[in-house]
Amino acid sequence: MVNKATRPTDDLLGQDLWNIQLDEQGRLKHFLTIEGLGSNILNQILDTAESFAGVNASVKKVPILRGKTIVNLFFEASTRTRTTFELAAKRLSADVLNMNISVSATSKGETLLDTLRNLEAMQADMFVVRHADSGTAHFIANNVAPHVRVLNAGDGRHAHPTQAMLDVFTIRRKKGADFGKLRVAIVGDILHSRVARSQIHALNTLNTGEVRVVGPKTLIPKDIEAMGVSVFHDMQQGIHNADVIIMLRLQKERMQGGLLPSEQEYFELYGLTEERLKGAKPDAIVMHPGPINRGVEIESSVADGPQSVILDQVTYGIAVRMAVMSMTLGGNIAAKTNPEDASKSDGHK
Amino acid sequence: MTNILIKNARVIDPKNQLDKVTDVYISKQRIAGIGTAPDNFTADETIDASKLWLIPGIVDLSARLREPGLEHKANIKTETHAAASAGITTLCVPPDTDPVIDEPAVVELIHHKAKLAKKSQVVTLGALTAGLKGEQLSEMVTLKKAGCVGFSNCKNPINNTLILHRAFEYASTHNITVFIEAHEPHLSADGCAHEGSIASRLGLTPIPYAAETAPIALVLELIRDTDIRVHFGRLSCARSIELINEAKASGLQVTADVAAHQLHLTEMDISSFNSQCHVIPPLRTQRDMQALRRGVEDGVINSICSDHQPHEPDAKQAPFPSTEPGISGVETLLPLTLKLVDNGQLSLNTAIASITCNAAAILGLDVGHLSVGSIANLCLIDPEEEWVFHTSEMLSHGKNTPFSGWNFKGKVTQTIMKGKTIFIKK
Repeated sequence: MVNKATRPTDDLLGQDLWNIQLDEQGRLKHFLTIEGLGSNILNQILDTAESFAGVNASVKKVPILRGKTIVNLFFEASTRTRTTFELAAKRLSADVLNMNISVSATSKGETLLDTLRNLEAMQADMFVVRHADSGTAHFIANNVAPHVRVLNAGDGRHAHPTQAMLDVFTIRRKKGADFGKLRVAIVGDILHSRVARSQIHALNTLNTGEVRVVGPKTLIPKDIEAMGVSVFHDMQQGIHNADVIIMLRLQKERMQGGLLPSEQEYFELYGLTEERLKGAKPDAIVMHPGPINRGVEIESSVADGPQSVILDQVTYGIAVRMAVMSMTLGGNIAAKTNPEDASKSDGHK
Repeated sequence: MTNILIKNARVIDPKNQLDKVTDVYISKQRIAGIGTAPDNFTADETIDASKLWLIPGIVDLSARLREPGLEHKANIKTETHAAASAGITTLCVPPDTDPVIDEPAVVELIHHKAKLAKKSQVVTLGALTAGLKGEQLSEMVTLKKAGCVGFSNCKNPINNTLILHRAFEYASTHNITVFIEAHEPHLSADGCAHEGSIASRLGLTPIPYAAETAPIALVLELIRDTDIRVHFGRLSCARSIELINEAKASGLQVTADVAAHQLHLTEMDISSFNSQCHVIPPLRTQRDMQALRRGVEDGVINSICSDHQPHEPDAKQAPFPSTEPGISGVETLLPLTLKLVDNGQLSLNTAIASITCNAAAILGLDVGHLSVGSIANLCLIDPEEEWVFHTSEMLSHGKNTPFSGWNFKGKVTQTIMKGKTIFIKK
């Protein structure tokens, strides 16, 4: 089924693996990480998403991916992310197959490659992959048949590029396209966060004025400055004069293993309260990739307050995922098709 | 018994400070003469070694041959064959086989299989604690009598420091060398990459320097008042070399080795999730690699070993953190060592010493040198041959290597063990 000679793993050695995301014409082929993609690609994603944001409840479907099969391959439980990918695929008229593969299935002896080969045999055109291991999306992209596309829906602590794109989409809508004048603070558990890593790459690729990470030393990965961020351990200083504050979810299991003493002390030091928010710019927006822990990383009144754009993020998530799916799988169709026209032609049938 | 005459070889033997073009006479498994023929010597076989180097058979301090227990990865026959083709005549096997080398029967099994294979000699380390569990001392003296040349707990923890201290005292009583693979299990838990910018960027669970340096410091303090020889294997950090250097300066009987891949690769090599570069201890920074190279040249690190860990293909075909660590290394030990010489980073004499006499001394074996009367373990090398290493040409059962496609200069043409040719290049 898969001719090994055409893509031996050995041949990848020494190559710039980030380039596997682009085809010979420099168009997006897989979407695995923000890293290595230029601002032209990111802006194309944002512009395409902007056009899809108009495909609202009244004109729900466009036929761009009609006849294509998209497999949601989730090795980690997730309802929200999987649902938005599913909705995005369906609005592009693709067929969607949801595969929730528990770790126990793979531990029965079937390797990840075996699973892939089986799904390829079902004529899948795209895998949307979530997995607990960093590097899984790259591994899969390196091992699928040439026509199959891979979208990373989160791999370990490494990357969650569609989440980052919907975050910068939200920022662009609320703050305008000139990222150079913005100061963005990402607060919380950077160490375990694939979202933060992708946000940092996206913000820096779009030339954001300053990107800060804020948290205790136990939750800030070593030498993170090399990614182009400034590190703050004090919340007050970290969000001072910020235009955008992104709060990260704190997992309860961080209390074990000595990363943090308690949720209470964490909230005391890093929780975003109304009082603290006053230290940011008056028009600062508050974001959170969700699901939020009220009273742990963010006060309810802030989460539901006027500066919060958390629900907008969820809405934009579908448009951004539609954009990435159509760019990778729809070829040039996506760029050429006006969603309004497309929906009309859909209506004839 | 065949008498062999090797003519006009450049004989390089660091132990005897020998480096000259001469003839070597082999008789009755031993070196019978160098430069001058022994009395009544008639050669049954004459090897014209003009333009070739003749060095002592290579001694590899750490090679996992996967037998017994993991024969789907490799076995003693395949791996000693691969080693012989790479000039290695002595391989030292760590005790983390299955079953563990903690009783004489396992030692005998390994020796027996190696003898049947008729390739490189295999020696074993015994488990320092029963079952490598870190709770009870193994029967070191019994195992030593069965042939174990040293004792190690590999990377398995001895959580109770008192047990570790007593293991040193007991080993010291019986003139036994303890081999340490410094690896603090909690600091390195689930880790697969050096704690630094690359691991942070890729989101890989990090292994800090302290996972190696803290246990080294602990061991050095524990042995301070014990008269014991301790060997630290597979160093990866610059700070480890400083610790070893200080210990040596203060008179402790300490030696160290480094895996050949650590002298050529850094954390940058995993930046594309290349699972062939997944090793434990992890590849560290450029600065660490430079310090390790200097450590070999300065003699703080006594030996370079292969850290041979052959795997079946599936072991490396998975997302990076789920792949098994290790490189199939016997066939690149000499090439990678000579590459340092070729690049001017290591003197030829130190390079050869680090894979022959220095390693033999750590194991307490009378091999790794070319003295009249010594066992004729030796290796002929064509120093000018330029070649490309390919996994397809590997003899090891494990093809897991990041060095496929690398250019090397200098190739083994013949390996002789106990006066018998165990490899000859076609």
